Amino acid sequence: MGRTAGALLIGIAIVGAGIALAVVKVNPYFYFAGYVILQYVVIATAWNILGGYAGYVNFGTPAFFAMGAYTAVLLIKSVKAPLPVLLLAGGLVAGLLGLGIGYLTLRLRGTFFSIATLALAVMLQTVVMNWEYVGGSRGTSVIRPPGPPFGSYVTFLFTVMVGLAVASVLIARFIERSRIGRGLAALRDSEEAAECMGVPTLRLKLFATTVSGFLLGVAGAPFPYYVTFVEPNSAFALDYAVNALAMPMIGGTTSWLGPVIGAVLLGTAQQIAIVTISSEMNLFIVGVVLVLFVVLAPEGILGLVRRMRGH
Amino acid sequence: MVAGLLLSGFYAAVSLGVSLIFGLLDIANIAQPAFLILGAYAAYVMNGAFGLDPIVSGLIFTPVFFALGAVVYRIYYESFERRGAESLRGLVFFFGLLFIIEVSLSMTFGVDYRLVQSDYTTRSFEIAGVGIAFRYLVPCVVGLAMTFTMYLFLSRTFYGRAIMAVSQDRMALRLMGANPVTIKTIAFGVGIAAASLAGALLISIAPVIPSADRDYIGRMFAITVLGGMGSIGGTLVASAILGVAESLMSTFFGPSWSLAVSFGILLIVLAVRPAGLFGR
Repeated sequence: MGRTAGALLIGIAIVGAGIALAVVKVNPYFYFAGYVILQYVVIATAWNILGGYAGYVNFGTPAFFAMGAYTAVLLIKSVKAPLPVLLLAGGLVAGLLGLGIGYLTLRLRGTFFSIATLALAVMLQTVVMNWEYVGGSRGTSVIRPPGPPFGSYVTFLFTVMVGLAVASVLIARFIERSRIGRGLAALRDSEEAAECMGVPTLRLKLFATTVSGFLLGVAGAPFPYYVTFVEPNSAFALDYAVNALAMPMIGGTTSWLGPVIGAVLLGTAQQIAIVTISSEMNLFIVGVVLVLFVVLAPEGILGLVRRMRGH
Repeated sequence: MVAGLLLSGFYAAVSLGVSLIFGLLDIANIAQPAFLILGAYAAYVMNGAFGLDPIVSGLIFTPVFFALGAVVYRIYYESFERRGAESLRGLVFFFGLLFIIEVSLSMTFGVDYRLVQSDYTTRSFEIAGVGIAFRYLVPCVVGLAMTFTMYLFLSRTFYGRAIMAVSQDRMALRLMGANPVTIKTIAFGVGIAAASLAGALLISIAPVIPSADRDYIGRMFAITVLGGMGSIGGTLVASAILGVAESLMSTFFGPSWSLAVSFGILLIVLAVRPAGLFGR
């Protein structure tokens, strides 16, 4: 209990530091880049709850992220809902989608599950592209509400993202150390064996897909206010799929710390690459780093550290 | 309808490699469509430099892609299959490979549409009032020929039969004096070579951009799964179904929905009958 309280305190301290950072004025680009990196912390952590703990590789990350973003667009356009409502609604819709793919795991395992999630992303993108109310394929612009609680709107969103990142990491850490986490690890290693031992595999998988979907949706909900112009190709970008998978793989998938390390390292590297080289180069880097890690260091950075300590 | 049937010959060619690699070898090579596009660009370069017909240059390039496929399989085997960690990490490996190829192409050639013209691409003829463009007919015929060749290769030659055997019983194959890894390397190479040749067909049908590989992930896997994982006849039937369904969808609902057809079929088949139409 003491360690959990400690983790909570550290989390609160980080949120406080985030607010302090937002109040102190630095180069505005810092907040833009910081928002993206923190968003990837949420995405990588959410992906890892299903992919790392339960061993189900989700290629459909963009679908969940975009569900959050487009739920927000819908609510902004229809009732001008405030940001907390957007976060919750975006999370719930994406969580429901997660519950749906959870039932898919009844029939599909391994590769087939992954391909099905990819198919789901493309299907949803097609639906959104043909749905004129939320902008269709041309996209739609979103007007930020006036008067954020403090700072400019971008610094405010940056702080919100700090809070979301801390919250999602705490959730992942809690799951990992609870009975749920051990159950998921058991079904990752052998689903049949876990089932025979009395682990409620279906309930655990549904839990993992729903929580993972919920967090991905929450990550997507502030997206319309961040970019102010939402179009399907950016909301459903395959970048999210490859990053969501690359970041935990690079950091290490068995611990909550892995996705955070991966997201911070790879996210920062990408932001630097976008500014200094080109936006295509940053995806190239992700691809190369991903393949190198999966071939040479399958346990990620955490695995390398553990090996160096001589375990 | 006719356009859909003509497309189906081409779709069969596109999916042969996946049927072989994913269906028979059980390797989740999600990077296959990237090799398709790579083949298309190879044909584009040869056409620009020497004025070669895309199909001829596709044939010239098959040994190159065979070697490339063999190398990729060796890396895959050494890093994943031998360690017994193929399913999860292997999938991620191929996903990364897909991205590397796609981004390399867009950095080299840019994101503009590229097309190859040859003397038959603009001509067409009519049968019973239905216009048939050579642009579609030639790839269809070549695709059917490829499918037939693949069928003969798998059923008549030593290596073909060994590939069928490796998918069923690896131990028995080893007892017969054949090395499963060698056989799989050959099969993987053949699959990649087939994809590159199909890529040459692709660029003579329609303009190609580096990110076109994403459209073909769904088509390839929908056809392979619907056709019953590695059955060549099933691949052909499934290609016909997909080709016709896509052209009907695009006629009645508009082209923006046609991409959803393949992924929709894929989702439904996976949810209802993962063994496909002709599955064992």
